[in-house]
Amino acid sequence: MGYDMNETKYSKDLNLKKLTPYGDTLNDGKVQLSFTLPVQNDEQGVEAALILSKKMGFINPIVAESITLDNDFTMYVVYGSTIHTIDYTSIKVEKVESEVMSKKEIEDYIDNNFNRNIVVVGASTGTDAHTVGIDAIMNMKGFAGHYGIERYHNIEAYNMGSQVENEELIKKALEVKADVLLVSQTVTQKDVHIKNLVNLVELLEAENLRDKFIVIVGGPRITHELAKELGFDAGFGPKKYAEDVASFFIQELSKRG
Amino acid sequence: MSKLNLNEKTVSKARHYAEIIAKETQEFIDKNTTVSVERTVCRLLGVDGVNEFSVPYPNILVDHILKNGDLGIGISNYLASTISSTNLGIMEIAKLVSDQELDITKYPLLDKKEVEKILSPYIHEYLFKIKENKAKRESYFDEYGQKEGPLLYVIVATGNIYEDVTQAIAAAKAGADVVAVIRTTGQSLLDYVPYGPTTEGFGGTYATQENFNIMRKALDEVGEELKRYIMLVNYASGLCMPEIAAMGAIERLDMMLNDSLYGILFRDINMQRTFVDQYFSRVINAYSGIIINTGEDNYLTTSDAVTEAHTVLASQFINEQFATYAHMKEELMGLGHAFEISPDVENGFLLEMSQALMAREIFPNAPLKYMPPTKHMTGNIFKGYVQNTLFNIVTTTTNQKIHLLGMLTEAVHTPFMSDRYLAIENAKYINHTMKDFGDEIEFKDGGIIKNRAKEVLNDSLNLLEEIANIGVFTAIERGIFAGIKRPLTGGKGLLGVKEKHKAYTNPILDQMVKEIKEDK
Repeated sequence: MGYDMNETKYSKDLNLKKLTPYGDTLNDGKVQLSFTLPVQNDEQGVEAALILSKKMGFINPIVAESITLDNDFTMYVVYGSTIHTIDYTSIKVEKVESEVMSKKEIEDYIDNNFNRNIVVVGASTGTDAHTVGIDAIMNMKGFAGHYGIERYHNIEAYNMGSQVENEELIKKALEVKADVLLVSQTVTQKDVHIKNLVNLVELLEAENLRDKFIVIVGGPRITHELAKELGFDAGFGPKKYAEDVASFFIQELSKRG
Repeated sequence: MSKLNLNEKTVSKARHYAEIIAKETQEFIDKNTTVSVERTVCRLLGVDGVNEFSVPYPNILVDHILKNGDLGIGISNYLASTISSTNLGIMEIAKLVSDQELDITKYPLLDKKEVEKILSPYIHEYLFKIKENKAKRESYFDEYGQKEGPLLYVIVATGNIYEDVTQAIAAAKAGADVVAVIRTTGQSLLDYVPYGPTTEGFGGTYATQENFNIMRKALDEVGEELKRYIMLVNYASGLCMPEIAAMGAIERLDMMLNDSLYGILFRDINMQRTFVDQYFSRVINAYSGIIINTGEDNYLTTSDAVTEAHTVLASQFINEQFATYAHMKEELMGLGHAFEISPDVENGFLLEMSQALMAREIFPNAPLKYMPPTKHMTGNIFKGYVQNTLFNIVTTTTNQKIHLLGMLTEAVHTPFMSDRYLAIENAKYINHTMKDFGDEIEFKDGGIIKNRAKEVLNDSLNLLEEIANIGVFTAIERGIFAGIKRPLTGGKGLLGVKEKHKAYTNPILDQMVKEIKEDK
């Protein structure tokens, strides 16, 4: 590892049409990454890591450290500058368009717009054993100072916990006449969560139930765009709380009439 | 020597209430058996394998009794009476029952002494194997020595037992002392144990006897190379608790997760079923010298780690008594707790230090199992690495034994090989650079750390008194642990509970208990 003493001229202007990462100088394109190769830790391995990094689009990659994990496994910490830029101005992201209200405003909204309680069934489905996500949105206590929807006086919340099969979730939703299904996917392996989410939508469609519920998914790797793509009504990623989710579904329910 | 000046009277009162709670539960346990207990008896008598439809023979035999006989008598008597009347071997019996060519409920039942006598060769054959395993483990430790300080415990969870082996070997070389193979999602709810080597699983790998055997061999090999004994962990939990304990005994596992409360709360397993199962599984673990790991740490993943810390301690007291009723030595009681206070709590580190040391002082001989942060881990892996470092500092300073290493990618994915390496490197660094730190420090009177321990202990005493008044079943129904309520007759597996007939007999259990007592 060495310091880059060469004077490099980077453009001093921020051009959002040619956006590239920022290390310590505008437009330097600097990136840090680490990966493991199933080879022994020697010069040939370092060279392999450098060649691979170049193929990934890095100019002048440096292997800062190569760490032996086992005889034939080596981890590389690599720094480099990416050759790529992107046009930031042309990106369109689907965002949840509802207005975010406070707990009190949501409760008032329900009182004013519906003469009944809103019923929500939630679960961490499929193989996912984590309840952190669904608990953050649903439990009394909530998360980071945001009370969960169980605490809203006119929301009836059923939290089914983790590893709930999609079939079970649908059964429960029908049983309690749910308005909203909340699905959480926290940690999964080999993208199994995508299959599981698609499976839920397919099951609902197969039984002509898709329009009966507002179906929402949340989790650290969920975006609204992905959720829409998979056939959900909305998706919520990290740093979204009960208010965000509830604001969306009450406005959506009211829109649907 | 106490650094926290815990009130010994409060501690012994708490233990006393826990004893009352366990005693009442044990009275219930003693009156009942379950399908999994009886399947375990089959396994320990040598019934193994699956039929052409992949149904395990122990299930075939027990289902046969459920249909045609009275499981409350216990399967031992049916097997002994069949052997006595037909002269068939146990596996021959299992196969004939599977082919519906034999009804083992139609032979005249025997008295207890005769059952014992007829089954004696089968019982001794398996118990001998288990004793050999125990002796082999001890001889490894005699040869390589016992490690001082925390045992570094990592998990592998690829779903493929052969890939798990690759990961486990790398971890062992990096310095792991204990390797746990995480089970595939949902196995705890299967009312049978899958068979053979497996290469497909979600979030983990099937616990099968063959998978145990494959990993055991691999760890023995790498252990011999490294001159360290690498301990193997799996889960004697869920609906097949005692069966998996038996498999673990036969394949020389060294630790098993074993906690009814965890199954009841987090897997919705019926409480009557799992308390009966837990007892038998703990006797097997005690007999095999297998350390149990209890699951109190999980309470804090749903409850607040500051306000609910006393529920963890109360549960540890109860688990200690349950284990004592199962004739377990303190050295085998890996009581669980965790580092789960939010990083945003002011002086949270001091509270963690206090609680961890409190557990250490209250259970001085137990190999406490200390779990890393999970609830407050985020995608910010760099901060996560700091959280894990703080956890490692508390572990070393308070001399925890089973040191479950935190992964910096906890909230992101099942660990990469490199994540595990970094975790081991971190723990080794802290354990080394702070080795005697705990011996050097004292805490000030009236300070945060001493006060915190006092408060948690007092709250825990009050809770135990309350539970002793209402019983553990009612306490669970009221949601005292982890804020989760479970009904007495709810959850999975209740149908598998059968009240014992007065002629009930379980000679293999009796023999194990007898030998453990003699050993003491």
